[in-house]
Amino acid sequence: MKNFKLLGKKATRFGFAEALVELGEKNPNIVVLGADVTGSVLTSFFKERFPERFFSIGIAEQNATTIAVGLALSGKIPFFATYSAFSAFRNADQLRISVCYNNANVKIGGGHSGITVGPDGATHQSLEELSFLRTLPNMTVVVPCDYIETKKATIAVTEFTGPAFVRFGRAPTPHFTTEETPFKIGRAEIFRDGRDIAIIACGLMVWEALVAADELYKRKGISAMVINNHTLKPIDVKTIVDAAKSCGAIVTAEEHQVHGGLGGAVAEVLAKNYPVPIEFVGMPDTFGISGEPDELLAKFGMTWKEIYSSALKAIHRKDKNINTNHVYRSVKEIEPIAKELL
Amino acid sequence: MVKMKVIFEQKVYKNFRRKPEEFSEIAKELRRDVIKSLYLAKSGHSGGSLGTADIFAVLFFGGIMRYNPEAPRWNGRDRFVLSAGHICPILYATLARAGFFPVEELATLRKLGSRLQGHPALDTELPGIETAAGSLGQGISIAVGMALNDKYLDKNDRRVFALTGDGELQEGSTWEAAMCAGNYKLDNLCWIVDNNDCQIDGRVRNVMSIYPLDKKFEAFNFETISIDGHNYSQIISAFDKFIENHNKKIGKPTVIIAQTKMGYPISFMTDNYEWHGIPPNEEQAKLALLELQ
Repeated sequence: MKNFKLLGKKATRFGFAEALVELGEKNPNIVVLGADVTGSVLTSFFKERFPERFFSIGIAEQNATTIAVGLALSGKIPFFATYSAFSAFRNADQLRISVCYNNANVKIGGGHSGITVGPDGATHQSLEELSFLRTLPNMTVVVPCDYIETKKATIAVTEFTGPAFVRFGRAPTPHFTTEETPFKIGRAEIFRDGRDIAIIACGLMVWEALVAADELYKRKGISAMVINNHTLKPIDVKTIVDAAKSCGAIVTAEEHQVHGGLGGAVAEVLAKNYPVPIEFVGMPDTFGISGEPDELLAKFGMTWKEIYSSALKAIHRKDKNINTNHVYRSVKEIEPIAKELL
Repeated sequence: MVKMKVIFEQKVYKNFRRKPEEFSEIAKELRRDVIKSLYLAKSGHSGGSLGTADIFAVLFFGGIMRYNPEAPRWNGRDRFVLSAGHICPILYATLARAGFFPVEELATLRKLGSRLQGHPALDTELPGIETAAGSLGQGISIAVGMALNDKYLDKNDRRVFALTGDGELQEGSTWEAAMCAGNYKLDNLCWIVDNNDCQIDGRVRNVMSIYPLDKKFEAFNFETISIDGHNYSQIISAFDKFIENHNKKIGKPTVIIAQTKMGYPISFMTDNYEWHGIPPNEEQAKLALLELQ
């Protein structure tokens, strides 16, 4: 790996939970609401440290979301966290009207997200919430790539006033960024330079994108850019458009339905500003099943392998007429190798 | 027919302890404002706005709520949350008559660019509005959040008043709010139910019965007070009782179940659920204003 190496595996929920405690130490206005699964999403850390600033609301997510609004309208910075299926979908109307229309300073933690919640099965595998959250005016949507970045994101969403969502997961996933890795809400980070294809990813798929980029280079001599697009909203238009201009083809990769999430956001940006071929890696418009996280990621096609093959497809779809304005290599130059795989 | 000229009287009321009979003139003024603004808006909810005017008159002008129109965000204020956001014409009239904003602005209700949105909004920065509301059942949970804050975090002596409809109680989340208010012993919360037994489709008891209400709230650890919502003495003593409950820290939220009549006291509107969501036309507005003289 060029810039990053695997430091181990750790569930992103630890990043969220540790950040809450850190925030609690610094800011007396940080308040946390629980909806029964505090030991799972690890808001239990905060509850143990600051019992007077933790409120148990029970299995009543609609109420918890709106209570958070009441606290925010009283000057507090409430975090409400439970499984993403319940903190960002069950309570959809509350998020729309009470949180976002009020522009209330409510922070939502979406735990146990994606297919990697595993054996619990489809009911608990939240793979749709990003599409909904992304359409809400005033909402900020962050999908950090690993444990450290989840910690940074959780702290960063308290640095502005307004609704925000931070997504994290249950299963241990590659941990590869460090304290020094740049992170800013709303700014996509180029994790690897490249000129033939740009892979734009979020969440655990960022690591898979780095692996895919390595393999593309090793096996085919293809130079792949990797962008960690942790903030789905507000989306970093400039970085995405620049990537399209310099690479001429895009692959998006996310642990979410292929419709409406990161892929949808990138497609909107490029359709408007600089259309190039895009391939989408994600959950293929279907519900999940029980299984271990790695088995499920493989079964539904959310690994470096799908990113790899999608990159070749996207390159193959590039404009066949050499456009001298483009700085990327034309399909004629790389077609032979791309064809080989298709 | 001569086109009706709409004038809003330049009159502002102060907030102090009054005798019961002093509220009728204020409530009449509020009701006239409701009729006028809804007539001009050509859409909106007449029934509940008129039916709750007596409660609004006592709450805002009888020395119950603590607020300061000169400093709407004053930190010591009591908060009023209109969970039944659709009856905002009466809230707007009340806030204007309390001096939060000019009474002429009532003529802009529901119009493009107005601060008086069809349902209350925060982003138009209308003074006195504490939260957006409109999707039923949510305001009461926000009020519970405010009361939690005041009792357990800021530990102040502020009070939170919230008004829901009765049909609104069909929303399951209102009972989540009740469960939470009871569980956390929110004696700083006063929940008013506008119990007119009317909703768009008919009688609440026929659409989906919510009764018995008093027993339901008692089961959720509420102090329950049932009153005639058009009787000033009863409204005053209900609010007095809540304030006493709060001062004594009884460890229970208070609910005031106010029996009201939708559209009251306009002869052709009273207790008629068809007036839930429509405005008066010119002829009806004239008749109503005549009855409210």
